Amino acid sequence: MSPILLSAAVCFLLAGAVLCAMLSRAKAANAIGGIVAVVGAAVAIASAVHALQTGDETLQLPWSVPFGSFHISIDGLSAFFILAISAVCALGGVYGVSYLRHYKGKNLGASWFFFNLLFASMLMVVTAWNAVLFLAAWEVMSLSSFFLVTFEHERQEVRKAGWVYLISAHVGMACLLAMFILLGGQNQVMDFDQLALPPGVSAAAIFLLAVVGFGAKAGICPMHVWLPDAHPAAPSHVSAVMSGVMIKTGIYGILRTLTFLGSPASWPGWWGWTLLVAGAITGVVGILFALAQHDMKRVLAYSSIENVGVICLGLGLWMIGSAGGNTIIAALGLIGALLHVWNHAIFKSLMFLGAGAVVHATGTRNIEQLGGLLKPMKHTGVAFAIGSIAICGLPPFNGFVGEFLIYASAFGGIVGLGGSAPIACLLAIAALALIGGLAAVCFTRLFGIMFLGEPRSEVARHAHEAGVSMRVVLWILAGACVLVGLVGPLVAGVAALAAEDLLPSTGLDIGPSLGLLWRISGASAGLIVFAGAFWLLRRRLHAGRPIEKAGTWDCGYAEPTSRMQYTASSFSWPVIDMFRHVLRPTLTRQLPSGPFPGRAHLTSRTHDIFMRFFYVPLFAMAQRLGQSLRWVQHGRNQVYVLYIAVTLLALLLWKLGTEQ
Amino acid sequence: MIILASIIHVVLALSLSPLLIGVINRVKAKFAGRRGRPLLQLYYDLWKLLHKGAVYSTTTTWVFRTGPLVGISAVLVAISLVPLGRVPALAAFDGDIILLAYVLGLMRFMTVLAALDTGSAFEGMGAGREVQFSLLAEPALLLGVGALSISTGDWSLSGIYGSLFADGLAAVAPTAVMVAASLLIILLAENSRIPVDDPNTHLELTMIHEVMVLDHGGVDLAFIQYAAALKLWVFCALFVGVALPLQMHWPLVDLAFGMAGVFIVAMVIGVIESTMARLRLLRVPQMLVVSAVLAMIAVLWALR
Repeated sequence: MSPILLSAAVCFLLAGAVLCAMLSRAKAANAIGGIVAVVGAAVAIASAVHALQTGDETLQLPWSVPFGSFHISIDGLSAFFILAISAVCALGGVYGVSYLRHYKGKNLGASWFFFNLLFASMLMVVTAWNAVLFLAAWEVMSLSSFFLVTFEHERQEVRKAGWVYLISAHVGMACLLAMFILLGGQNQVMDFDQLALPPGVSAAAIFLLAVVGFGAKAGICPMHVWLPDAHPAAPSHVSAVMSGVMIKTGIYGILRTLTFLGSPASWPGWWGWTLLVAGAITGVVGILFALAQHDMKRVLAYSSIENVGVICLGLGLWMIGSAGGNTIIAALGLIGALLHVWNHAIFKSLMFLGAGAVVHATGTRNIEQLGGLLKPMKHTGVAFAIGSIAICGLPPFNGFVGEFLIYASAFGGIVGLGGSAPIACLLAIAALALIGGLAAVCFTRLFGIMFLGEPRSEVARHAHEAGVSMRVVLWILAGACVLVGLVGPLVAGVAALAAEDLLPSTGLDIGPSLGLLWRISGASAGLIVFAGAFWLLRRRLHAGRPIEKAGTWDCGYAEPTSRMQYTASSFSWPVIDMFRHVLRPTLTRQLPSGPFPGRAHLTSRTHDIFMRFFYVPLFAMAQRLGQSLRWVQHGRNQVYVLYIAVTLLALLLWKLGTEQ
Repeated sequence: MIILASIIHVVLALSLSPLLIGVINRVKAKFAGRRGRPLLQLYYDLWKLLHKGAVYSTTTTWVFRTGPLVGISAVLVAISLVPLGRVPALAAFDGDIILLAYVLGLMRFMTVLAALDTGSAFEGMGAGREVQFSLLAEPALLLGVGALSISTGDWSLSGIYGSLFADGLAAVAPTAVMVAASLLIILLAENSRIPVDDPNTHLELTMIHEVMVLDHGGVDLAFIQYAAALKLWVFCALFVGVALPLQMHWPLVDLAFGMAGVFIVAMVIGVIESTMARLRLLRVPQMLVVSAVLAMIAVLWALR
């Protein structure tokens, strides 16, 4: 039943997408595109809920494509991802309708075509049970998101961002092709239920190819370089979908691949170490670069990298726990990671959509130009504040629930595992704590500079609140942040259903460990109740007393202006300076000099070190090598014919040689 | 009996934490050869502040007014999670240290936002320093507790502290000493004491914590000061549990030892503040890195 429902959703989305493409520039395309996404999401959610209630179901049809059948199936893991994908795509769709409205004259039909295509392909990615189908869906997902990123292709930086994304998506794809050929090439069968490690193929090679190939999509460092370019380039609802759920298909891919490689208990310990170290590096590097950016969507993109790092930490602990034979630790790590997948989908789409509302209202993504937005944009501001607290993993909101489980897995591992595992757990704890501290810097800075204080420019002074439908979406997501924080154990229960097949033994009861989460919910509720009580107390005390308004204390300075406020750069500079050997910030400055100093300025920029010191030189070298072959191609047709003749002759001779 | 001791601990913490500040100031006064302000000065201050109206800056929004409320709520949750020496916390469960660290993180987050809400460059400066220093303190704290967790095979704070010295002093002494040293540095940094921050400084440019709350007054300031005293209590209690290797197995006696320990720590802070100068701001991160390194060595020692 549920695979049929899902196929219906996918077909509906595809038909709607084609309709949007045909409507092209017509006004109706915009509204229809959003409606299609919402209806498609409702059907997909129904299929996932049905699958979670009744268990795994499969739909297998013969098709003319070689290597197996048209095979889709929904198990707990697929259903878990379907729910996240559908919810975020539906909300992104609603938001997109009013967001895109003011791109007059653009081909919105095309944009909605690719949006719904992306949605449908993501659904296929997480349910495809055949490698050929999976790879086809994966490729459609990459291409449709490429076209969404290049929506504003008139701008050069958008084209460049799209280009970087396209290349990295295909480098990842190459690894995945190699991986599936290694897995299924010998038996000529690519159906997932028959895929298993063939004799003579190294499991380690498969694992590493999966981490690199899927990691390129997920944004694991150093394959993350496309994210900080692509997210600012894309329209905000597309950034929300890409960052909130599309990059998570990389996580899904890693998990799904691991199911082909035998039982979790049989995996070597270094696999877990690999993911854990990769997660720690990804998390710390991601958040460090996030707090050095001036473009709000670039900040959010780097923070997505950080969150993928946190998820990988959880996955690493899961594998280390499995290798050590401790189901509880493994379960806490995996459920924590999965929960963080959901949580990140919620708060990151909230943040991107909130940022979109700000861009909409002010026309700039540069946070140094903003300030004081909380007054004109009350609703967006509250939602963004809730998102900021949640994304830092602070109670009482949802971010803390997932991170707590990952921490709990690590602390449990210190006590319950032997060998080198406790060191890995301590590494995870230190990394999570450092990431948490850095995230607090990053998001107090982002929210504080954008929404608090006085406006730093004219555009910020004339900002206005977002439209009703955008506000409703923001409120739904903010409400989800609060709700998941309060009923974390119930959500963790859903994640536990998804995790069932990926744990070493299912017999063990993980209920008591998840019961810890009720304590967290209690504390969260306590926090909210206390804060409310103190608010009432203050109101009682203030009753009848003078409550005055005055200027901010400026230490007696006579003419304060909004330009004297602390800027985002100055707020984070001490931290950037502390980590300057990693971040390599560049400063250009002209200091005031002489008795009558002229204009002075100071600019700090922090570019991605992996782009600067690895990819740019690498591709420059490839280009140089290519240059040295340019003499082959010079435009003379006669010589080209000669090449063909020589090649054929050489082949003929080779063939003759091997015949004997 | 044990639960009774825990309840008494929370009641005493709530009622006596302002006295800690009084003790520190009295010790500092004695060192300077002054008579010093009354031991109960903070109580008088709080009482007075609670009877005042408010002046809010026109720049500020609800964030500024929410900061003190969240701060005091967070620290109340923290108080219920912290054991005092061998007396278990009111709410003890596996992984409570994570919640403890993160509610304090929430308190800091909202204080920083409230500071940025005023639009003052000074408060921005203080906020920037606060987040910079705490990002180093947090890993050190969790690693230190991780080290204790290895030594005791337990991962709830009360469990760790309850069994830390159960198998004799010799086995855990090196770990405990290093973690205690690390915790002391974190205590000084997180509670804005010398050598990290000077609670008595008069120059806005050099302050950290005090400058962030410059614009708060009246009831809000009372909440902030009371929350700061409670936070100091939380860290003193954490420190006492590692530094005071006494266990009587009579909850009320243990409680008395713990209380004595907390006030001794306050005196030690007073001595440190009287005998040390403030570090240059650039040196503070180095001091915090030392605390993280101490915690790491403690981990390696515990793992051996």
